[in-house]
Amino acid sequence: MRDRAPALLPLVLDRASVAVAGVPILDRISFTLEAGSRSVVLGANGAGKSVLLRLCHGLLAPTAGTVRWLGPHADDPGRSQAMVFQRPIMLRRSAIANVAYGLKLAGIAKAERLARAHAALARVGLAHLAERPARLLSGGEQQLAALARAWVLEPEVLFLDEPTASLDPAATRAVEAIVGAIHASGTKIVMTTHNLGQARRVADEILFLDRGRLIERAGVDRFFAGPATPEARAFIEGELP
Amino acid sequence: MSTDFFAACAAAFRLIVEADAGLIAIVGLSLIVSVAAVLTATAIALPLGAVVALARFRGRHGAIVLLNALMGLPPVVVGLAVYLLLSRAGPLGAFGLLFTPGAMVFAQAILVVPIIAALARQTIADAWLEYEEQLRSLGAPPRLAVWTLLWDTRFSLLTAVLAGFGRAAAEVGAVMIVGGNIDGVTRVMTTAIALETSKGDLPLALGLGLVLVVLVLAVNAAAYSLKQAAHRRFG
Ligand SMILES: Nc1ncnc2c1ncn2[C@@H]1O[C@H](COP(=O)(O)OP(=O)(O)OP(=O)(O)O)[C@@H](O)[C@H]1O
Ligand SMILES: [Mg+2]
Repeated sequence: MRDRAPALLPLVLDRASVAVAGVPILDRISFTLEAGSRSVVLGANGAGKSVLLRLCHGLLAPTAGTVRWLGPHADDPGRSQAMVFQRPIMLRRSAIANVAYGLKLAGIAKAERLARAHAALARVGLAHLAERPARLLSGGEQQLAALARAWVLEPEVLFLDEPTASLDPAATRAVEAIVGAIHASGTKIVMTTHNLGQARRVADEILFLDRGRLIERAGVDRFFAGPATPEARAFIEGELP
Repeated sequence: MSTDFFAACAAAFRLIVEADAGLIAIVGLSLIVSVAAVLTATAIALPLGAVVALARFRGRHGAIVLLNALMGLPPVVVGLAVYLLLSRAGPLGAFGLLFTPGAMVFAQAILVVPIIAALARQTIADAWLEYEEQLRSLGAPPRLAVWTLLWDTRFSLLTAVLAGFGRAAAEVGAVMIVGGNIDGVTRVMTTAIALETSKGDLPLALGLGLVLVVLVLAVNAAAYSLKQAAHRRFG
């Protein structure tokens, strides 16, 4: 549980752009992410959601514009944020060792980190697989293990890139509940999804990306009641039953 | 002719089964020289492979091409170069290493460094591509990330080392030139086979050949089953 005051937030992007070999992928994105709310990034395949999350998380540098944390400990942003990747990479060791790895880096003693890693695995329903080689877990199990690995760090900000993309409905519900619990414990959630139902259930606010541009940002109810842009409207209307 | 062949085969088997002292000495020296060469080469090649894989410096692409090309270095050329280095008039002549096992370790190590380094570089570069963002996200500082990478790829790296050993144990050109095949001093399996054959001692040559083939097979089988076991255990 974290009940600390924000150390990093808010996060401010000011006309932040990412281009690869001259091709723009993110185009002059400006927004401020505040503590508290659950922000969900929506957009079609290739809209730039994953790149935006990696940019916010500090894995990419903007090729133009700025990405800045404004909190009191903004000088050391690494420690207090975590990310669950669209395709999580498991280290070649047991599931529990994967979850404990980040705690080891944070200098936490062995007994404590194993206890915390076990608790985190139990919370995502993987306690019975703790000693399994993580790379031999199923895709969905790996995604759950990655969630535990991020959660155990008790980050101030948690980035989730389509965390339920390879999960069955039951596991999807479980992950949504976990994300809710993480949020309730004081963590800022920034998440992407393709699933509009999930966006409705999880989000407080929606950021809508279209071909690398942030074209709409609104509270979840307002967004789904009537999107302001034709692109977002088309995206919502394209939903499968 | 064919009776000669079978007689030689029988004699070769007898040498092996009876653990002939001459044969054992030659096999022993071969193992000592090649193991020493591979250990030396590994100490140089693994850091070298890691640096070329991970560091961003000018001429890195050239270094990769060079490393890969040097894998096919002809042993006789290495032997000649080491000979010139170690000969009395050469820059390292003062050490008096020529025609000693030390010279053979030196030559084989040079031969094997590019093999281990090139294979290690490929392994480490591939793993880094996969792990980099995940490790940075988990908060690993660069040094620790590299260490994690080496640890996670340790079985592939060991396979590279075993490949180096196979090459060292089987080459003849380099050790022939810098060792000289002196009986009881620098005579190893490959040089003995090359020279005893021409002198007509077929049983010894055949016996050594058999041991060498079994050794190379065993090393490759070990490398293969190691990878399989590691995959089953760690994914
Ligand atoms: N390293 C890169 N080099 C070149 N192009 C890239 C790179 N990374 C991403 N892109 C391109 O940028 C665009 C946005 O990619 P991104 O992964 O952010 O999409 P996304 O919104 O997450 O899509 P999806 O919903 O399919 O996950 C894509 O067209 C992709 O091909
Ligand atoms: Mg994506």
